[in-house]
Amino acid sequence: MGEIVLKQITKSFGDVSVIPPLDLTIADGEFVVFVGPSGCGKSTLLRLIAGLEDVSSGTISIDGKDATRLPPAGRGLAMVFQSYALYPHMTVRNNIAFPLKMARLDKAAIDRKVEAAAAVLNLTGYLDRRPGQLSGGQRQRVAIGRAIVREPTAFLFDEPLSNLDAALRVNMRLEISELHRSLATTMIYVTHDQVEAMTMADKIVVLNAGRIEQVGSPIELYSRPCNRFVAGFIGSPRMNFIEGGEAAAEGAHAIGIRPEHLALSTESGRWSGTVSVSEHLGSDTFVYVQSPEVGTLVARAGGEVPVRHGDRVWLTPQAGKLHRFDPQGRAMSREKVLS
Amino acid sequence: MATAHSRAAARLTMAPAVVLLLGWMLIPLAMTLYFSFLRYNLLMPGSEEWIGTLNYEYFLTDPAFFAALGNTLALVGGVLALTLCGGILLALLLDQPFWGRGIVRLLVIAPFFVMPTVSALVWKNMLMNPVNGLFASLARALGLQPIDFLGEVPLSSIVMIVTWQWLPFATLILLTALQSLDRERLEAAEMDGAGALDRFIHIILPHLARAITVVTLIQTIFLLSVFAEILVTTNGGPGTATTNITYLVYALSLLQFDVGGGSAGGIVAVVLANIVAVFLMRMIGRNLDL
Repeated sequence: MGEIVLKQITKSFGDVSVIPPLDLTIADGEFVVFVGPSGCGKSTLLRLIAGLEDVSSGTISIDGKDATRLPPAGRGLAMVFQSYALYPHMTVRNNIAFPLKMARLDKAAIDRKVEAAAAVLNLTGYLDRRPGQLSGGQRQRVAIGRAIVREPTAFLFDEPLSNLDAALRVNMRLEISELHRSLATTMIYVTHDQVEAMTMADKIVVLNAGRIEQVGSPIELYSRPCNRFVAGFIGSPRMNFIEGGEAAAEGAHAIGIRPEHLALSTESGRWSGTVSVSEHLGSDTFVYVQSPEVGTLVARAGGEVPVRHGDRVWLTPQAGKLHRFDPQGRAMSREKVLS
Repeated sequence: MATAHSRAAARLTMAPAVVLLLGWMLIPLAMTLYFSFLRYNLLMPGSEEWIGTLNYEYFLTDPAFFAALGNTLALVGGVLALTLCGGILLALLLDQPFWGRGIVRLLVIAPFFVMPTVSALVWKNMLMNPVNGLFASLARALGLQPIDFLGEVPLSSIVMIVTWQWLPFATLILLTALQSLDRERLEAAEMDGAGALDRFIHIILPHLARAITVVTLIQTIFLLSVFAEILVTTNGGPGTATTNITYLVYALSLLQFDVGGGSAGGIVAVVLANIVAVFLMRMIGRNLDL
């Protein structure tokens, strides 16, 4: 149950092709995150799976059955929207009960399920309030509650945390991860925030302009990005790219090195430069270095590095952590670096 | 201190406008109230004298009053029901994307810009006339006996004319409300398994509640005083079949020259309108604290 297979699906709005032919298999119980920049088609892809948009061609099968032409309600999926899309004129209880009422369940069963969902989501005290009287995080939980009472084959989340403040986002991230562990249901989660993708996903699908750039586990994408787009998108701060002579010395069109793989020294190293900005975050320091040889580089250093604007520093890449890219932006083997 | 000064200055500068408005409203009301306690007939000038509440007794025991009260309520209720139902249906239709939507929307709004007298005359002479009217021609083409609308079903005919005038207003308000409905909410309901009818009942209709209240309130204010349509079509007849309170007051004061009786009727109409207003305000209060 819960396996979703997309075969050669495409979507175009009029003459504009949003999704070129695309294949993807999502295994049962997996937490899959669609990540990519704004307008990359990740929300469209989710809406195609939900049935809110019709595919232009290709097939979608859910749980082994062809669902390409099924209406949204017939697919057994539940969706949590970015705006939560709660029903403002109904109490929390009625909001959560709505899908059950639509399924014409009897009242006792509805009450039991609503109470159970409310208990899971810490909403028991709020059942008789209206959505307008709740905080952002509570509204989010109501939206999730409305999704879980249906016991769907899979959950779809469309940027559910983008309207929350930073602290709450971290909390809800944990809650959703825990929910996934306890329900063990397939979840598809769309976000533009690579931190959410890295922390929550079993499998990340990186999308760019409707195309899948790479599919893999968070660590796979982090350590072995298959092209420059993925390399730049995953990881924060983003990877440093160096073109020209230094790259040619490695036998590549461009080389990439993550800020955390650059060793900072005030005495010697491979590339020299002056510090333009150093961001002290307490646990880490991000040092922006202007280097005459390779341009601006970002290095991550420990929390108590005593460098300031204008200091002269040297940066050295850690052995084996250089990424090499060919002129098309594809990743090349790392053998030369390792040797 | 500055705020106290500026407050006083504000009161002073606002005073003329407030006094003018109060005078504008209160003087006619006070005069009507005063006339309603006089025997004041334009056919017997100079014989005005205080007669206490006699005008009210005559007005409230007049059989025409009960007929007019019933007609007023039927007119207001009928037009409200028809414009709300029709308005919701039209708004749902016009909310759909289709070719030429802009022009169709403009056409739907058009009747609102036609003067009541003109539209009533057009309906009376070109559509409802039992000999020359369009409906009569249609009926004859189908082999049916043409209906003399204003003679046989006068009140319903007037309800129809007034509905035609007010349908655009209701449609416009409801359409704007409909356009402010969050699409994601409808999609969420669709995902939750709600069919088109369930979505209408549970999502769209509650969302329209406020707009429906506004339409009801504004239309009631105007429909209580429908006059031109009655004057140019039926003159309140046959008998008192289409006489509403407004028309009855007109008939008393300007057809029977009984200014005192007419004034008493006017005051009764004011009281009735206020009773309606109290009910409406309660309804609004309930709908606005959503």
